[in-house]
Amino acid sequence: MNTETTVLACIALPLLAPALITALHRWPNPRETVTLLTSTCLFLLVYSLHDEVLQGMHPTLDLAEPLPGLKISFEVEPLGMLFALLASFLWVVTSVYSIGYMRSHHEWRQTSYYSYFAVALGSVMGIAFAANLLTLFIFYELLTLSTYPLVTHAGDNAARNAGRMYLGYLLGTSVMMLSLALIWTWALTGTLDFRTGGILEGAVTPGMSGILLILFIFGIGKAAIIPFHLWLPAAMVAPTPVSALLHAVAVVKAGVFTVLKIVIYIFGVDFLAEIPATQWLMYVAAVTILIASLMALRQDNLKLRLAWSTISQLSYISLCALLVTPLGIVGGGMHIVMHAFAKITLFFCAGAIMVTTHKTQISEMGGIGRQMPWTMAAFTVGALSMIGVPPTAGFISKWYILLGAIEVQQMFAAGVIILSTLLNAAYFLPVVYAAFFRAPEGNPENENRDARGEAPLAILLAITVTATGTVVLFFFPGLPLDLASQLPGVRE
Amino acid sequence: MLSAHLPALQVVVPLVSAPVCLLLRNPRHAWAFALAVSWVTLAVAINLAVQVHASGTASYALGAWAVPWGIEYRVDMASVLMILIITTIGAIVMPYSWRSIGHEIDKKHLQLFYTCYLLFLTGLLGIVVTGDAFNLFVFLEISSLSSYVLISLGSGRRALTAALQYLVMGTIGATFILIGIGLLYMMTGTLNMADLSQRLPVNADSRTIRVAFAFVTVGVSIKLALFPLHLWLPNAYTYAPSVVSAFIAATATKTGIYILLRFFFTVFGISFSFEAMHVGEILMLLASAAILITSLVAVFQDNVKRMLAYSSIGHIGYIILGIGLATTAGVTAGMVHLFNHAIIKGSLFLAMGCIFLRLGSVELSDMHGIARQMPWTMAAFVTGGLSLIGIPLTAGFISKWYLVNAVLNVGYWPLAVLILVSSLLGLIYIWRVVETAYFQMPGYKIRKLSEAPAALLVPTWLLIGTNLYFGVNAGLVTGIAGQGAAVLIGQGVP
Repeated sequence: MNTETTVLACIALPLLAPALITALHRWPNPRETVTLLTSTCLFLLVYSLHDEVLQGMHPTLDLAEPLPGLKISFEVEPLGMLFALLASFLWVVTSVYSIGYMRSHHEWRQTSYYSYFAVALGSVMGIAFAANLLTLFIFYELLTLSTYPLVTHAGDNAARNAGRMYLGYLLGTSVMMLSLALIWTWALTGTLDFRTGGILEGAVTPGMSGILLILFIFGIGKAAIIPFHLWLPAAMVAPTPVSALLHAVAVVKAGVFTVLKIVIYIFGVDFLAEIPATQWLMYVAAVTILIASLMALRQDNLKLRLAWSTISQLSYISLCALLVTPLGIVGGGMHIVMHAFAKITLFFCAGAIMVTTHKTQISEMGGIGRQMPWTMAAFTVGALSMIGVPPTAGFISKWYILLGAIEVQQMFAAGVIILSTLLNAAYFLPVVYAAFFRAPEGNPENENRDARGEAPLAILLAITVTATGTVVLFFFPGLPLDLASQLPGVRE
Repeated sequence: MLSAHLPALQVVVPLVSAPVCLLLRNPRHAWAFALAVSWVTLAVAINLAVQVHASGTASYALGAWAVPWGIEYRVDMASVLMILIITTIGAIVMPYSWRSIGHEIDKKHLQLFYTCYLLFLTGLLGIVVTGDAFNLFVFLEISSLSSYVLISLGSGRRALTAALQYLVMGTIGATFILIGIGLLYMMTGTLNMADLSQRLPVNADSRTIRVAFAFVTVGVSIKLALFPLHLWLPNAYTYAPSVVSAFIAATATKTGIYILLRFFFTVFGISFSFEAMHVGEILMLLASAAILITSLVAVFQDNVKRMLAYSSIGHIGYIILGIGLATTAGVTAGMVHLFNHAIIKGSLFLAMGCIFLRLGSVELSDMHGIARQMPWTMAAFVTGGLSLIGIPLTAGFISKWYLVNAVLNVGYWPLAVLILVSSLLGLIYIWRVVETAYFQMPGYKIRKLSEAPAALLVPTWLLIGTNLYFGVNAGLVTGIAGQGAAVLIGQGVP
């Protein structure tokens, strides 16, 4: 199979899988087999491309031309490769987890759940491989729409209201700002291609470029920069696997991935450094990190605490992009991966606790580590990685981010990151402490017999994989690091 | 041989078919006949489009009378776009009509319905084909009178008042147009549009011509429901039979816009219309008001057809906004949206027709949880709705892109913001329907419903498919619209 077909298959496979999933809706086991097979094939396909990308080749593919001069086309470059590898690998793991979770939770509409999940992953592949802003925008919107049914899966009033927040924020920002910035860029430069060194330099006045940058950065609602972040806690009404993959990895990372792409390939790192607005936006990202961390501290619902922590961690990546320094870019790229592994582990654990004990609040989780030692051990690994303690993956990316901040003398940014590390510890360690060292509440004899013991095997398997990954990536960060180091602006 | 007569055939075929329809005893035969005629006119239209594309503007002297004296049929790229819109929608709506109309109107009126439908088709096609101003008025009257009948056939007595309201407003509009044309004839002694455009510049600086311009503009604005002359439209769309709503929404107001284009650019000329009379600024102001106000009003409607009607007035605003810019990019954007809005609104009204067939109502309060019983219909509505909002990969996105681009090209960025705000308002009113249909618990009445029959679903999805196709591959539409705009703008330059 040549590379062009592979690229096409990466996008088409998950987009076409729902047809088969829907056809098999009466037979749950074959239906889930389709999801597992699709996700595994997708990962292998994406993986088969990585060698060429590392060698500096960029497989391309033109699909259609919806507007004269504007194509839907794909180009696999290192950052996209990194993102696609991450999302497709974690999809495999999440699929295993989903089967355990959805069945033991007796969720309804499982067919549509797996179908929309596949479409969402197809959109993520489209975003990752997009060769121009239009293509990226198309799949960005498709991702919003395909995840809407997942967020509102429960179908009740709470889900409907959360869905309103979700669509309102994400479509609102993208229609009002991102699409405007897109068309404006097109009107100014006559191209939307991602090019090394950017396309805007020389085509816009400094004032205009500042406005454009603001439109772009805030227009990417998926990056959840304050004040466009409230959709993320709202989306936590979704089933936990959805929160895990889509709201810790795919959707939010699509946001910061877009930020990085725009910084690297539309503005260009050198040009961006000259725009005064960059500095201000960096402050906004820094403030987001702190406020979201403080908000996380106040949450008693475990999933909500994770959601606020995600908002804060996403702004690490936006901040990296706005530091406009090679090390910052490497740090941002690495943090996409490292945070994903840790956060998905944490979400998986939250879901495991919910399925097994029906507990959602942290205050109820005293002594839960005795009942679910395996789950809570994984939770500890995830929490340590979020704080950035070696030997976990979070340490590596935080290292690069700090180096980047110090390199360009942004002591404010460095200070924010260190402060937020303390806050991370403050909101994660109590959970770990309570789980292992506090006595369980109430009389264990009165508890439901189902609510005992560890989570189902499929769930534990998934948790083990991601937690192990978090540790392994500390010792072997080679692949993501090589890919991130290939980015333009870093290589020279 | 036949190809030379295509412009005439385009109009004559439905015209002579209309009385035949009335003579057919069996309603099913009348339907089959009207269906065949619709498809023939589509075939003629495609051939005509190919011909005009290959060899330029086609001119046809009716009855072989020499042109400035006899009636000329003149088909350029702007007309081609309109012909394609009208005949395509007609060809898709006709197969749908049998089940839908059969359910909504009295059996003994069926032949009448198909006769009027063919007359309506004749009128619309005549307007876009003719090159003669008075002939245009005649066809406008044919289309208007038949549309009053079509609307009044709607179930429920409110259809009658809606038709009457439209009749009063429409007649005022038509009279204004007639006065305008009369004044032009008085000053120039000709009715041929090309001839008019030659002779008008000589007299352009007279009060009569300015008055004529004003009469024509206001008259046509009533017909195309330009805000604030839109008051007839919501009732007409709401209470007409579903098929009629779909067909009129997709074609009638669009033809009105075509008349406006013809008079502004071909007859009066761009320099007179936009520089001497400053109609561009007026149009943009009214269009902006239309876009914002009617989108807001649409948010508060409980009848979905009425909601779509208000949204139509807003989208007419989009088209007028593009035209008001009077740049090639602006007119192209307007014409692109002319086509795209026709297929968007057509498909949405057809989806509502499916619901009306089963439920007998399109009130939001009756539609709780209907998506569980009619998943295909609601999926069509959602897809069409996304196109209306302008989500990528749908036709609506292409329109929005062209329009915002055209607006930014001349530096009117507040208008760009306005367009985007109104598309978010579109999201709100479409999503009210989505939430009602998907999130509410279905009541007893809803649970007995079954999915709409294939006879309705297939045409609906065909039109939805057109939306998606032209969202991914818009070259055909943008190409024709671009050439049409170039022809219009080019003609204005002396």
